[in-house]
Amino acid sequence: MNVEEYIASGILELYVAGVLSEEENRDVHAMILKHPEVREEIEQIEKAIVRHTAALAPGTVPSFEFIKTHTAGKQVPVRSLQSKKTYSWITYTGWAATIVLASGMFFMYYRINNLQQDIKRAGDQNIQLEQQISDVRKDAEATEELIEILRQKDIVTITLGGQAIAPESFARVFWNKKDEIAYVDVSGLPEPPEGKVYQVWSLKLDPLTPTSMGILDQYDSDNNKIFALANPNQSQAFGITLEPEGGSATPTMDQLYALGVVSAS
Amino acid sequence: MDQAELAAKFRNKDIKAFERIYSDYSDSLFGVIFGIVRDREIAEEVLQDVFFKAWDKAETYSAEKGRLFTWLLNISRNSAIDKTRSKGFKNKNKNSDSSFYVDILETRDKTEIDIDVNYIRSMLGRLKERCVKLIELLYFKGFTQKEVSEELDIPLGTVKTNNRNCISELRKLIQT
Repeated sequence: MNVEEYIASGILELYVAGVLSEEENRDVHAMILKHPEVREEIEQIEKAIVRHTAALAPGTVPSFEFIKTHTAGKQVPVRSLQSKKTYSWITYTGWAATIVLASGMFFMYYRINNLQQDIKRAGDQNIQLEQQISDVRKDAEATEELIEILRQKDIVTITLGGQAIAPESFARVFWNKKDEIAYVDVSGLPEPPEGKVYQVWSLKLDPLTPTSMGILDQYDSDNNKIFALANPNQSQAFGITLEPEGGSATPTMDQLYALGVVSAS
Repeated sequence: MDQAELAAKFRNKDIKAFERIYSDYSDSLFGVIFGIVRDREIAEEVLQDVFFKAWDKAETYSAEKGRLFTWLLNISRNSAIDKTRSKGFKNKNKNSDSSFYVDILETRDKTEIDIDVNYIRSMLGRLKERCVKLIELLYFKGFTQKEVSEELDIPLGTVKTNNRNCISELRKLIQT
């Protein structure tokens, strides 16, 4: 997970709320030390929460001087002198029994503490697992939805062959003319280099007029590499080029990765 | 003074650092405490108690545990909740089933308190109802993700991202 994804995950908001486990808190702290933008984000979140909660302050807070009465008033307790006494054997046995009892209780306390920590750890793991299950389920739902779409009868499939720059690669467009949506599958294209994005073009052939359908700037976060783009055009062909981030007004032809013609039907 | 420096001085019981922390966070914590105890005098008492405790155990704070604010927020919530459970505490607001803010606005009409009504009204008007609730549970009440998912009946996995979106809205609202 990169820093942007980490920030977008929402964990920092929970960090400020103070509802994460100790382990998660330590992880966030490690990220803060590594990435200044994480700290920056946390400060912004905290600012918003401080403002938000302060709205319910029922008037001005007591002056700090009042707090000072406490901080200044710390005194070292006076030790009283003890008079000497003689101790009988009853006292000694009493003390011995007390020590045995106390160590027993201390041991029990220690055990209970350990068990409580185990329970808490198991609880935290549970939450993480549930989160993973929920993520996987969401992925599965998205995939199923996609299959459902690709099975519709109005879909035209166009295979885009790899061009000079990457002859091995390919892509596919599933075009639903009626709904004016094209699903572009780019799993057969190489991963775009840093700072570049794929841009999809609808083409008219005579004369050659490209119309941009959109850029695939969500490439990293999309697992199945299928993107839905609106396509109200009367496309005769589709092309995919590699463009600088943000896309271009016209396709850069020497960066044409894949091209395919819609068969007349 | 950045946060790390402030925290280090606070741990060493530097009174100036403590005063700075008090001025940064006391309003906010006062609001959180009031949201729980719903009585101005009691809230004041708890707030003082929170800062007494913070001072007494300053050396137990470490940045690994979270932000100073978050540390104080936890102490505040716990102290306020303890207070509501203590013997002498009478809950003056019986209708605690009604919505948090509506309830507080009503409390204001009955008693002499000076909350930021304009802010609350504009927030209620512009944030989604679900966001208002989510923020209340996570920040005022300290609910865990699991508790929030049960209370609002939403999947556990969506609490984090829902809350992120809500806080983004809140940040926009506060900037304007």
